[in-house]
Amino acid sequence: MRAEGERMIGLSAEPLEVDALARAVRTDAHGAVVTFLGTTRETSPDDPRPVAALEYEAYPLVAIPAMEAIAREAEERFGPLGIAMVHRTGAVALGEPSVCIVVAAPHRGPAFDACRFAIDALKSRVAIWKKERYRDGNGAWVENTEIGH
Amino acid sequence: MRVRVLAFARLRELLGSGTRDLELAEGANVEQVWALLAGGAPALAAFRASTRFARNGALVDAAARVHDGDEIALMPPVGGG
Repeated sequence: MRAEGERMIGLSAEPLEVDALARAVRTDAHGAVVTFLGTTRETSPDDPRPVAALEYEAYPLVAIPAMEAIAREAEERFGPLGIAMVHRTGAVALGEPSVCIVVAAPHRGPAFDACRFAIDALKSRVAIWKKERYRDGNGAWVENTEIGH
Repeated sequence: MRVRVLAFARLRELLGSGTRDLELAEGANVEQVWALLAGGAPALAAFRASTRFARNGALVDAAARVHDGDEIALMPPVGGG
């Protein structure tokens, strides 16, 4: 059984199936599976109004190759991995996951490190945009950092 | 020549539409695509410095030439996760 497990990279308009992603990327060469879920939080860092949902849009033509590049870079840095990286599009309600990253590795060190690397890289350079939708019906775009930086 | 412009997030809202087909002179570059759109939507100007461009899926500078049938994307700073 190879430690280079499956890669599951994508954008999804449907709720994320976290358990299925974890099963898909783990093999019997893996002794550690780390899952990161980014979920819709009620409090905004920039706005006092309670958040009801996040709305995501993506440009798949640019976003998917960038996510695949992050998965390749994670393997270059941390060794052979199984990796799933799926981000929601559309409205994601309070408490629901908007992004799921699963890393399966032979040991926990590279699994934790690669998962942290992957979410940080995704937030900084994948062509996905987020609007906070407040309970009062208004909304505001929230930016992480410039693409490519 | 004709190019298709895709605008995302805040830029899409300021333009009032995510997709525009533009007629341009041969030899035009991405900066001229931006200028043409900003001429009709002055609120765009404040976001020029933070906007990144893609041509047919590859990130390019504003000086990059555009060709008939190209898909040019206007991308504000990202906000995934």
